[in-house]
Amino acid sequence: MREFAARFIRSPEGVAGLVLTTCLLAMALSAPYLFPRDPLSIVGRPLLAPFADPAFPLGTDRLGRDVLAGLMHGARTSLLVGISAAVVAILAGAIVGTLAGFSSGWFDEALMRVVDAFQIVPGFLLALAFVSVMGASLPLIVLAIALGAWTGPARLARAEVLSIRERDYVAAAWVIGMHPLEIAFKEVLPNALPPVLALVSVIVAGAVLTEAALSFLGLGDPNIVTWGSMIAEGRNVLRTAPFLSIVPGLGLVAMVLGVYLLGEGLVEALARRRIRQ
Amino acid sequence: MSKPLLQVRDLSVVYGRRNAATHALSTVDLDVAVGGRLAVIGESGSGKTTLALALARLLPPEAVVEGSIAWPGLDRSPVGGRDIGYVFQDPGSSLNPVLTIGEQVSEGARRHLGLSRGAAKKRALELLERVRIPDPEAALRAYPHQFSGGQRQRIAIAAAIAANPLVLIADEPTSALDMVVQAGIVRLLDRLVRDEGMSLILITHDIALASGLADAIAVFRDGRLVETGPTPQLLSRPANAYTRMLINSHIDFTSPRLIEAG
Amino acid sequence: MHRALKLVRRRALSSIPVLLIVVTGTFFLLESATGDAVDAYLVSLGGGDAELARNLRETYGLDQSAWSRLWLYVSALARFDLGWSVAFNRPILDVILERLPNTLLLMGSATALAFLLGSLLGIVAGARPGSGVDRLLSVGSLALYAVPSFWLGLVLILLFAVQLRWFPTAGIESIASGKSGFDRAVDIARHLVLPVCALGFIYLALFLRMMRAGMAEIWRQDFVLAARAKGLARRRIVLRHIARNALLPLVTMLGLQAAAMLGGSVVIESVFAIPGFGRLAQEAVAARDAPLLMGIIVMSAILVILVNLLIDLAYAALDPRVGQGERRT
Repeated sequence: MREFAARFIRSPEGVAGLVLTTCLLAMALSAPYLFPRDPLSIVGRPLLAPFADPAFPLGTDRLGRDVLAGLMHGARTSLLVGISAAVVAILAGAIVGTLAGFSSGWFDEALMRVVDAFQIVPGFLLALAFVSVMGASLPLIVLAIALGAWTGPARLARAEVLSIRERDYVAAAWVIGMHPLEIAFKEVLPNALPPVLALVSVIVAGAVLTEAALSFLGLGDPNIVTWGSMIAEGRNVLRTAPFLSIVPGLGLVAMVLGVYLLGEGLVEALARRRIRQ
Repeated sequence: MSKPLLQVRDLSVVYGRRNAATHALSTVDLDVAVGGRLAVIGESGSGKTTLALALARLLPPEAVVEGSIAWPGLDRSPVGGRDIGYVFQDPGSSLNPVLTIGEQVSEGARRHLGLSRGAAKKRALELLERVRIPDPEAALRAYPHQFSGGQRQRIAIAAAIAANPLVLIADEPTSALDMVVQAGIVRLLDRLVRDEGMSLILITHDIALASGLADAIAVFRDGRLVETGPTPQLLSRPANAYTRMLINSHIDFTSPRLIEAG
Repeated sequence: MHRALKLVRRRALSSIPVLLIVVTGTFFLLESATGDAVDAYLVSLGGGDAELARNLRETYGLDQSAWSRLWLYVSALARFDLGWSVAFNRPILDVILERLPNTLLLMGSATALAFLLGSLLGIVAGARPGSGVDRLLSVGSLALYAVPSFWLGLVLILLFAVQLRWFPTAGIESIASGKSGFDRAVDIARHLVLPVCALGFIYLALFLRMMRAGMAEIWRQDFVLAARAKGLARRRIVLRHIARNALLPLVTMLGLQAAAMLGGSVVIESVFAIPGFGRLAQEAVAARDAPLLMGIIVMSAILVILVNLLIDLAYAALDPRVGQGERRT
């Protein structure tokens, strides 16, 4: 473990990613303590410019809401949705992929056609339709985003399972009469998971972007502040107060970049260990 | 044997960082006569491929080279492709999968002989005929995956000699091929080298192959030159114990030679 | 050509069950919505009696069971009939076909920009791995890859439309300009510059990174060493031997990204107020027009299938190994 950390430290991308994500995580975690008031509540004069009033370092929006408070609380939503959607997508994908790869035959064929179907429908359109039908609460948004993201992990898990199921320890499990489902989920899935986990950073980043786009279009949860809705809100006064849209957008860039870099650094450090072995 | 084509003096090659790395080649001295045929033999890891790459100046950038490689038989420093033809071990990977045979065979000739597109095509056709590819006209437009391993190696040889090089370096040219087609490739190399008056540097682990094709043999082990000399002497009176062991383990007197020397 | 046609037929046939899954899945998703198009329509009228609602439901076949309506939908789809839009009071296919050209123009231009410039810069970066240019392009593309397209759109508007006034802020062409022919094409092109950049830059970064990684991989191949042994010019080795091979995975990626790009155009069309297919989706959601939304999803699936067919053909033309047996053994 210490050796792994040492290898990780040597990759400048990984360290930059770690710093970025740690900062954003700190923002997200400290938001309710530093800004205990609802960030959607009106606290001051509207359209206050940044750095003008020490009480509102990043100014206020059209309705007089604190931009800094929104930014901090928005980080919370973004991270929460991004990570939850990635967890759901990877779990669902790993389970479907394992079942498909392990069963083979018509069941595999049918599951893979379903995967194909999800891949030819634009994920964002699907999320749009799902949210418009089911409603825009946070768990449903997570689900909507995961709907468009689980196919990648499913394909990868299936490919892994196809190679793993030929190995000796799986054959041994058959011989001692283990139930097929037990073999699939106890013997095969845990070994198929590591390569699938390499997708985590891409999926989290994609989910953060999708959530932002949904709430930008006004399809997010109206009771929660998000960076996407802040950008949409600022868009109305883009000419006079561009910072209202620019600041939360920079937050998004920092978060997505941080997650990518962190992921790249981790994958690189893992790959280096594999080469050594 | 007047002026040698090639003189290697005190050649050492190290890969990677100097302190940690081991020598791939150390202090090698070697001559190749004009028109001569040298077989470089040794086990894998003996440094023979490193020697071939060093001669063709194809070593990766992290390789550190010391010593000298001089070409007295040539009045300028050699140009890859123009003066040195190079045949790789596996024609399955040494041919570009997405370019036509015609393009790959003729590109060296176009570059070094300054041929026009049409003349290069004629040259490629002629080369494919010389290496006995059936229906060469159609082969020009075909791709590597459409040929068998032996045919691919013939094509790779045609591409290597396209610009009439002085010396052909063949790095294990038969070891990726089936036994049946190996003899055909050996006969082809023998004929081409004789007809073109090229020198040949054959890298191989197969002492039987070396004895049939080369007039001199250099034995390598762990990056060092163990022994070198004309083929008959080296085979009949090896000075070194390692050479003797190689001969004893490889030559089975009941098996026919791959080609008759001579 | 025969080989290509066979490929197309096989792919087209295998797409039919997948499309059926899309239709069924979307149908039941939208089915589970509370309130149907008639409710939405009545709300928009400011209310109506039960009699009117019943008549409307009968007219649109909403009084039948879900499965029989699915069957009706699929059999109508086979005749290229997507049903009737309540919100637009027109056939859905007409509404979609009216909006589609704008989106195809946007997506096509963004794809062309991303693919051409991305692979070109990828070649520049991959030609000399580890050089200053390579590192600059690598970091730049990663940063670009992290920028949300809709926010990039707003920043571009702010810079190039509001501040510099180089390009128009919104729309697909000047309203009632009376332009035609070449002038109109120039006008549309000027309107498209910013949305195409906003939509395409992420993919540009993606293609650049893929090309660069692919070239690094191919530098290590034997045939590159063979090309160097032939004494070829570096330029020829990079372009003809390395880039030619590294391009192949990009073509595959183009097909994989078609769906994502179509999804991305929903937001971009909203930012730039382009009356396209994606904006139509948003309008369908706003009007609670479920059949229209369904038509949009089915149509986008068909579009993605068609794009992938084209990609398959392009790939077969670029990679001689695809779909061909051994000529001789």
